[in-house]
Amino acid sequence: MTDFWHRAGPVLTMILLLVGIWYGAAVALNMTWAKDKAARADQSLSFSELVADTMVQEKPLLPAPHQVVKEIYNTTVLKKITSKRSLIWHGWITLSATLLGFAFGTALGILLAIGIVYSRAMDMSVMPWVITSQTIPILAVAPMIIVVLNAVGVSGLLPKAIISMYLSFFPIVVGMVKGLRAPDQMQLDQMRTWNAGKATSFWKLRLPRSMPYLFASLKIGIAASLVGAIVGELPTGAVAGLGARLLAGSYYGQTIQIWSALICAAVLAASLVALIGLIERITLRKMGMLQ
Amino acid sequence: MKWVLLAFLFWLVMCAINVRLANGPQTRLTKVLVPTLFGVTLLVLWEGLVWGLSISPILLPPPSSIALRFSTSLPILWGDFVQTFIKGALSGYVIGCGAAFLTAVAVDRSDFLKRGLLPIGNFVAALPIIGMAPILVMWFGFDWQSKAAVVVIMVFFPMLVNTVTGLGAQDAIQRDLMSTYGASYWQRLMKLGLPAAMPFIFNGLKICTTLALIGAIVAEFFGSPIRGMGFRISTEVGRLSLDMVWAEITVAALAGTAFYGTVALIEKAVTFWHPSQRN
Repeated sequence: MTDFWHRAGPVLTMILLLVGIWYGAAVALNMTWAKDKAARADQSLSFSELVADTMVQEKPLLPAPHQVVKEIYNTTVLKKITSKRSLIWHGWITLSATLLGFAFGTALGILLAIGIVYSRAMDMSVMPWVITSQTIPILAVAPMIIVVLNAVGVSGLLPKAIISMYLSFFPIVVGMVKGLRAPDQMQLDQMRTWNAGKATSFWKLRLPRSMPYLFASLKIGIAASLVGAIVGELPTGAVAGLGARLLAGSYYGQTIQIWSALICAAVLAASLVALIGLIERITLRKMGMLQ
Repeated sequence: MKWVLLAFLFWLVMCAINVRLANGPQTRLTKVLVPTLFGVTLLVLWEGLVWGLSISPILLPPPSSIALRFSTSLPILWGDFVQTFIKGALSGYVIGCGAAFLTAVAVDRSDFLKRGLLPIGNFVAALPIIGMAPILVMWFGFDWQSKAAVVVIMVFFPMLVNTVTGLGAQDAIQRDLMSTYGASYWQRLMKLGLPAAMPFIFNGLKICTTLALIGAIVAEFFGSPIRGMGFRISTEVGRLSLDMVWAEITVAALAGTAFYGTVALIEKAVTFWHPSQRN
């Protein structure tokens, strides 16, 4: 128990502090509006009235945490899942694009990594470009992909999934290449002593050895994939998904809606990363790589 | 059809040359030549396929028309570059990384703060922070200030986590040596802490170069004055003049690569002693 508090205590303190700062900032930022309103109504507000007013505005500059929590509760628990106002419905649309793109990206990334590890020519010609592409703001391409694919007649889930694939693909290639090359010379020699072919040494040595690297890059990949899906939803004209909620909220000044979509995206990202972390621990334990 | 065949022929020839070069002796020349040939081949293949299959330039403009568009609209591209990169991304990068560095140095003195902030920093670094963009645009207005603010928030946490990790990267024996010398806090920090942290700090700085550019561009999708790379991309996509979009993407790619390269060069000069820099 003391160990738990030793680890969680500081984090909880920080979170409480952050919530405190949030409330303080909400009061400070929303005060002008409250004062203006009171001045127009020829009233003067006492300090406590002022603070109370900053907590209940409809379109505050910074909504107070409890307003966001209430909005999330209203749009998840109280609404039917099929309703267009349900955050779960929007979240599912984003999540499905994320997962599809992530699956594509992972498959493509692993295949390319195998090619790079086994073919010298591919390694020398593709790898520098993969590394260079990491320095390019790929997300800028997102609107174009959506519009072009829309013009060809592909719309809905697939264009967003392609952007997600694009973003999750690079970390996986880089991590997998590192992982497949992780066996040292002695282990490779051992395989040769046993007269193992390329396929056997791949399945029995290289692939198992690369698992820790794969999971590390999967975690980066899925977070990037979610960002891709959210940004991919912006240029579609705010139809559906968490990105669309963000855009619609920013058009109409619905700050509470923006914040609830944002918190929802954050929870989604955290649970996806945590899920992969869980699979990682189970897999590595089964493989005997983790005690 | 002729164009497609020619392009494929070119591809096969280049492929053969590259395989031969890659399996031959390794020199500095082949290391540059092989990826360059690969890149050129991709461009030729792209050009050939667009001409040969008569793909509409609205869907995929050929590289030649992108290059033409690039060279004829240099003033516009330069204006966008200044607005997005210099004003938005670069100022945000400097402020964000600077603030994160100072915070990390301050946090490093307290074990409590470190144990509290590191998990939160790691958590936040995995979040889709780019979603904060509409809020910040609302707060700071349409001009570059809001873009810089998005960049600040995006780069802050990766930089913080890296710097804090780096400041903890000293051996007990090195710390003991500092105690033996009777070094003060500042002496320890300047002579041991910061130099030992440099590889980590530069790792963070390199990650942040890409994040900064992405943040500045995507923030412009939520509203901007009538210049800027993100603004140009989203409006030109709407007008279906994709050659301009590709030209803008080329600028973004060049700026991103140059930014990263500059930081990598500085890293090489500062951390020349680190094993990863000694070949």
